[in-house]
Amino acid sequence: MLNQENLEKAKALFTRYPEKKAALLPILWIAQGQEGWISQEMMKFIGDLVGVPYAHVLGVVTFYTMYNDKKLGKHHIEVCTNVACLLRGSDKILSAVEKACGTKLGSTSADGKFTISEVECMGACGGAPMLAIGEEYHEHLTPEKTEQLLANLK
Amino acid sequence: MEKYILPEIKNYHEIEVYERHGGYVALKKVLNMKPDEVIDEVKKSGLRGRGGACFPTGLKWSFMPKGNDKPKYLAVNGDESEPGTFKDRQIFEFNPHLMIEGIIIGCYAMGINAAYIYIRGEYGKWIKMVDKALSEAYAKGYIGKNILGTEFSTNIYTHQGAGAYICGEESALMNSVEGERGYPRVKPPFPAQKGLWGAPTTINNVETMSNVPLIINNGAEWYSKIGVAKHPGPILVGISGHVNNPGVYEVPTGVSLLSLINDSQYGGGVPGGKKIKAVIPGGSSTMVLRGENLDGVNMDADSLKAAGSSVGTAGIMVMDEDTDLVRVLARIAHFYHHESCGQCTPCREGTGWLEKMLHRFEHYEARQEDVDMLVNVANQIEGNTICALGDAAAWPVQSFVKRFREEFEKRVKEKVEISAA
Ligand SMILES: Cc1cc2nc3c(=O)[nH]c(=O)nc-3n(C[C@H](O)[C@H](O)[C@H](O)COP(=O)(O)O)c2cc1C
Ligand code: SF4
Ligand code: FES
Repeated sequence: MLNQENLEKAKALFTRYPEKKAALLPILWIAQGQEGWISQEMMKFIGDLVGVPYAHVLGVVTFYTMYNDKKLGKHHIEVCTNVACLLRGSDKILSAVEKACGTKLGSTSADGKFTISEVECMGACGGAPMLAIGEEYHEHLTPEKTEQLLANLK
Repeated sequence: MEKYILPEIKNYHEIEVYERHGGYVALKKVLNMKPDEVIDEVKKSGLRGRGGACFPTGLKWSFMPKGNDKPKYLAVNGDESEPGTFKDRQIFEFNPHLMIEGIIIGCYAMGINAAYIYIRGEYGKWIKMVDKALSEAYAKGYIGKNILGTEFSTNIYTHQGAGAYICGEESALMNSVEGERGYPRVKPPFPAQKGLWGAPTTINNVETMSNVPLIINNGAEWYSKIGVAKHPGPILVGISGHVNNPGVYEVPTGVSLLSLINDSQYGGGVPGGKKIKAVIPGGSSTMVLRGENLDGVNMDADSLKAAGSSVGTAGIMVMDEDTDLVRVLARIAHFYHHESCGQCTPCREGTGWLEKMLHRFEHYEARQEDVDMLVNVANQIEGNTICALGDAAAWPVQSFVKRFREEFEKRVKEKVEISAA
């Protein structure tokens, strides 16, 4: 369920569009901001709020890669491996991330601290190789810088 | 050249600084013009879209029905997900008001009362920057009801994507704004007839909109003389891969590709003085060029077309002589397969086959006949799909195999040698 403050925010979004359904993506963002992921209960709640069936919400959540229908680790490490990053050594960055997090690509570390994902081009090719943690981009990486970065995460 | 889209002025993203340098003067000028005069000016300027297809912007605007009696919409495309493309982000960060002023002018010209700036989900930080700039412009009365005391009103909102390259395709983008999965729509009807919520809609790229105030301030005549005549104006070029100074550079169209890669004020050459093996000139979907064939090739639509590629999003990716091109193409194929929305069979299945076959090449498991089969599969996707993602997946494969066939054949031969040993 959205908390009171977020519910107000969500309802305010309806004024932006001629149809309520259009607020679905932004409301899913609010929900994910609140919980870190989007549960089945949350999808049902949002479906009722927006006036669409649960199946529609589920379809949208699973279509877009950035909505998480499962809980992730505390820090989501997203490593770009697309062409510009590949050309500048994303392989080494990925290995450094796996080593520092103590877990493999596509999984969450045993202590629940890190989840590592491979992502498609993040629009930071000039800063390749790069990774993102939440909304923060970290560009022009080296394996050493990467290890340092992750070691500093609490 | 003087810089217009990304001028080097401190704190230009703040509305006061932007105003002090002539910001929102174009808007005031436009509010005293007739909407059709504005469209004519944009037409005469020769501005062509910066989102990849180079479509003439004024012409696109003229497709919209006239009048303000029925709802019409503008969608501004900041999905920026084509690998090798990272220019719109610079506008969000360093010159959001230029884009916003362009959007208000576009709305006025087409009689539109609501615009949505669609920004890729990963750019959360930059969406906040744009939202801040929008609220500054609202506070000054440039956006909202009765703009600067006139009869004209319009609202502008950001809309955050959520990780889907396909939402950069204009009709998928509209579905995504409407709260749907990002499936492209069959055309016709075209957006100017039936777009957002069934109403006439125009879709333009972020950089395209940012060129509009320049045209109004300085005149179409002035604008049309920047760069090459058939594709004029300043253009943001992103340079990545094997260059010393990767980054976004603003240049007039028509600058030579080699100068962009090698000159010290741009890419600064290939690290270690290595040779250029290959260049993708306009984002990952544009056809690859051989390093030895770059003489006389310039960054504009016609020159790149003549060279057998296209300007796309002007995202140049440079690959030095040691690059494993098979691996690069395999990575590109993985991307298009991953991003295919799955609606049409040639794209859904074809991109998967391409990815699998290229995986075999990469791991020395391909057969000689697979080289031609790659091209066959790509040819069967091209032109047979609902949207241009199918073409975008086919072009890299066709061009890599055509222009670097030896790399793919070698990958087969090496396997033969390994298995014989
Ligand atoms: C698969 C696909 C992805 C696209 N991605 C983008 C994008 O991220 N940004 C963009 O401006 N245009 C993108 N386009 C092009 C748009 O469909 C559309 O042509 C463009 O936004 C029009 O703006 P313009 O005329 O100002 O260039 C994409 C097209 C396809 C087929
Ligand atoms: S071409 Fe591909 S991405 Fe486009 S509609 Fe068909 S399946 Fe979807
Ligand atoms: S390829 Fe990694 S950010 Fe573009």
